[in-house]
Amino acid sequence: MLCDDVLERLSPFLDDELDPLRSREIQQHLDACPSCTDALGRMKELAERLRAEAPYYPAPDSLRARVSQAAWSDASRGRVTGRHIGVTARGWLGAAATVIAIVSGTWLFTSLQRHVSFGSIEREVVSSHIRSLMANHLTDVASTDQHTVKPWFNGKLDFSPPVSDLATSGYPLIGGRLDYLRGRPVAALVYQRRKHLINVFAWPDEGVADAETPPRTQQGYHIIHETHGGMAYWIVSDLNSDELSSFGKLLATGGEKGQRP
Amino acid sequence: MTHERRPETAGPQRHLSPRELDRFNECVLPYLDAAHNLARYLLRDAHDAEDAVQDAFLRAIRHFDGFRGVDGRAWLLSIVRNTCFTRLRGRPSSGENVEFDEEIHIVEETAPGPEVDLARRAATEAVREGLDRLAVEFREVLVLRELEGLSYKEIAQVSGVPIGTVMSRLARGRKQLLLALGPPRAQGNR
Repeated sequence: MLCDDVLERLSPFLDDELDPLRSREIQQHLDACPSCTDALGRMKELAERLRAEAPYYPAPDSLRARVSQAAWSDASRGRVTGRHIGVTARGWLGAAATVIAIVSGTWLFTSLQRHVSFGSIEREVVSSHIRSLMANHLTDVASTDQHTVKPWFNGKLDFSPPVSDLATSGYPLIGGRLDYLRGRPVAALVYQRRKHLINVFAWPDEGVADAETPPRTQQGYHIIHETHGGMAYWIVSDLNSDELSSFGKLLATGGEKGQRP
Repeated sequence: MTHERRPETAGPQRHLSPRELDRFNECVLPYLDAAHNLARYLLRDAHDAEDAVQDAFLRAIRHFDGFRGVDGRAWLLSIVRNTCFTRLRGRPSSGENVEFDEEIHIVEETAPGPEVDLARRAATEAVREGLDRLAVEFREVLVLRELEGLSYKEIAQVSGVPIGTVMSRLARGRKQLLLALGPPRAQGNR
């Protein structure tokens, strides 16, 4: 093979996109040709440089909120307005479910479970999270100081939510606001991790043992539910589930250590 | 692109069923970042990119019944890509291949925080500018390959061109970018 032929194919060779025979020919040439090897080295370096240095532009939170809201409301429109279509579709679904129930009870069980979670508190939590990002109403009290945020709730709620300062762990407090969930006013605390916002919804839930669920996904958001110190917490963010989990753990310990009412 | 605009068969407008919504959230929504990154590179404008991605998602929702198979990423990215190219064509002075455009090269808050050292910031800026100055077809394949790690076959699917075209665009794009960026800096990151 001539250098020109090799140089022309270096790019797919680097990407491992040539057929094995071609690839072997090029490798043989490279073993014997320092200048083509140099050229390959430069190309490799370029690839590494792009991966390491080219900026990556993740979607802003507000866009994420708009997009998942659009999908969600499209789906709910389908259920509310599609009267004739909806009824027949529901009829068909019912018939299908019956058939499937006969065929496989397990399958029905899982699908029902999914359906239940679809309409459950998780969706309410995610909707609240999305609304807080969309409506420009993230915080009623904007402060990174727990001693400002916590007293702000006095007189606005019939409980005093624990507010932890997790800035040293990389989750600075942004502020708090009143929200409304499960038919009651709740405390919403807002934390941040890099460009990701985390909403923590908290309200008293006495008589429930301390527990923590692994992150679940709803509409592209991760949700963690935990209970400790007689409070129920719902944590929601587009942050990756690993980091959100460690945030959940921090919250559980930080909440006990410090600011119990 | 035009074949997406097929007549709606079921009534005035179809909507996502709960199951479809689940599937959409599972197979498509996770690639929102990839979608935005691609749009941002293709359009070279933060505001346009957001608009385009939102448009693309609305189309994706509307035509979700046309989504078969499992590769939500390629499916979504091809919609995003087509939306962006339509916008580019509609831009005055068909702004592609502009050799230098001050307005496009506004420095953005790509890496905030004082702890980010200047050298790294300059390196990022150089790479971004190098990419931005490539013709959009080359920029597209490079972003899909190097930043998203797509295979040639997937890139071909996204861009709607044969694999051979992907191959030659990548080769030419790399050659041009190497020329533009010049020799690698001595204290590269390794």
